Amino acid sequence: MHNASTFDFSTKIGHTWFPTPLFTASGCASSGKELAQFFPLSEIGAVVTKSIALKPRLGRPTPRMAETPSGMLNSIGLQGPGIDAFLADDIPWLMTQNARIVVSISGETVDEYSILARRLRSVPGISAVEVNISCPNVENRGLVFACDPVSSRAVIEGVRRTIGGDIPIIAKLSPDVTDITEIAREVVSAGADGLSLINTLLGMVINTQTMRPHLGGKTGGLSGPAIRPVAVRAVYQVHQVLPKIPIIGMGGIRSGRDAFEFILAGASGVSVGTAIFGNPRAIMDVQNELKEILISRGFASLSEAVGYAHREDSTGALQRGADSEESEG
Amino acid sequence: MVGLNMSPINRHARQIEAVVLSNKRVGQYHQIMISVHDLAQHARPGNFVAIAVGGDSSALILRRAFAISRVSHRADYGGTMELIVAPHGAGSRWLCSQMDGASLDVVVPLGTAFGIPTTPVRALLIGGGYGSAPLFGLAEVLKGRGCRVDMILGASTSGKIYAPQEGKRSVTSLNIYTEDGSAGATGKVTDPLREMIADGSVDVIYSCGPMGMLAAISKIAVEANVVHQCAVEESMACGIGVCMTCIIPMRTDSGEVGMMRSCIEGPVMDGEKVQWNLVGKPHA
Repeated sequence: MHNASTFDFSTKIGHTWFPTPLFTASGCASSGKELAQFFPLSEIGAVVTKSIALKPRLGRPTPRMAETPSGMLNSIGLQGPGIDAFLADDIPWLMTQNARIVVSISGETVDEYSILARRLRSVPGISAVEVNISCPNVENRGLVFACDPVSSRAVIEGVRRTIGGDIPIIAKLSPDVTDITEIAREVVSAGADGLSLINTLLGMVINTQTMRPHLGGKTGGLSGPAIRPVAVRAVYQVHQVLPKIPIIGMGGIRSGRDAFEFILAGASGVSVGTAIFGNPRAIMDVQNELKEILISRGFASLSEAVGYAHREDSTGALQRGADSEESEG
Repeated sequence: MVGLNMSPINRHARQIEAVVLSNKRVGQYHQIMISVHDLAQHARPGNFVAIAVGGDSSALILRRAFAISRVSHRADYGGTMELIVAPHGAGSRWLCSQMDGASLDVVVPLGTAFGIPTTPVRALLIGGGYGSAPLFGLAEVLKGRGCRVDMILGASTSGKIYAPQEGKRSVTSLNIYTEDGSAGATGKVTDPLREMIADGSVDVIYSCGPMGMLAAISKIAVEANVVHQCAVEESMACGIGVCMTCIIPMRTDSGEVGMMRSCIEGPVMDGEKVQWNLVGKPHA
């Protein structure tokens, strides 16, 4: 049996090493300032910032959210200060916290992604760039690059070319596609070092009082435990065809047990998002619980457990320590 | 809980287990008293709490925000906080069903509080429905500063007026308006407002209630050039400033419109700066 002092909890994306596999999910932690009140940001793997655009954006009108069974719809529309203010204020602050930083970027055109990448290229302190090609809250569904293999490739190629070889690129994909492995293959061959799976699913709630769509933006992104099985499936499918590509799995994780499920499916990192809204310390709780579970199930390292569910004979020695938690819904 | 005070945002906020000390029905509302120990001393009128609802296996995944009605110090329990909860939805109904002794997961204190004048002023407090809840705590503080405190409360019907006996001690006058005339005068809180503030007899208006009421008060306050601090109401997913769902369009210092979070830059906002005509409207 391994213990906490010898257990290797670290993970890698491209050349970058992270001491733990826990990341905030983009859009669920702003730029970290609000959460620093509840735990030291340096204790998690990295803060993944809210997707930043070239120009300041006001976002969509309210109502911007609707709670749904075990989930929520959000319709923020990428409100943000724009890259200039972000680089001037948020990055230096995160560095004072000794937080590892993954910057999420979002553009309206292929060129905008490249311009954003150029702005980030020489900024010190950035561990990786997450390329959000899958935000559902845009006016034109044609702008969801991740729904089309050709556009997905174009964005990632542009970012790769611009940013050079040092900063790892993580492509964030949408589950709202017929075959997510097709998109995954395209972005990896275009130069992505890792994948974030999954973004929210496009959804709608109709207000039965007003008899109109509840959200100001009419549609929104569904997140939370309601989408977890969809996310686990996506991670499993993509890991099967791209077993060497690091995946950050996300979608409804709110306990260590949930995170473990993603690791077994093939994720080498996990993001906690919507759970933060319900519990500001959720990511720390998940981190502590996941580590405990991995150790108690006999793994010497996180990497040993990655993709374990794919093994033909996964009923061997590591079965010991299994208990009733396994059937959690 | 680690005590990190490096962030200026919600610097006194902590996530705690708070025990329910009492839960009483008052009209159509529940008056819930919770034990918050020394966090009570950091809570100011206008601050709010965010509470996890439904228990560990709940399908209700978002925290619920409630205004703090009053804080007090009790010899037996230490710092306590009173919340006024309307059992409207599944989360608030769950909260209203919690008995004495139940333990709640609470983040507190949150948000921007009402500004308190440093010299005695004449204050008018206006509450709609259970929006009156934080105004009683505010009245106590203002009275302690030597302010004259007049209060107007309104609701559609008498059962929706929240005006506890003990709260009335801090106010100089209390006028009630109901739309159906079941309590006080028939009408809305804005009916007497123009006249009340016209002659310069009010220095500052504090308000809390539905957005339509706050917008109507703001219009009158701007015309009369009276300062208006209002606690806004917009649905929140997190209450701590990360979800960006509770935004209010406001005029910024540079003259442009900015989308401010009602949980961080609010809930108390300058009524004159809120762009009431843009709330819920698409923007360029």
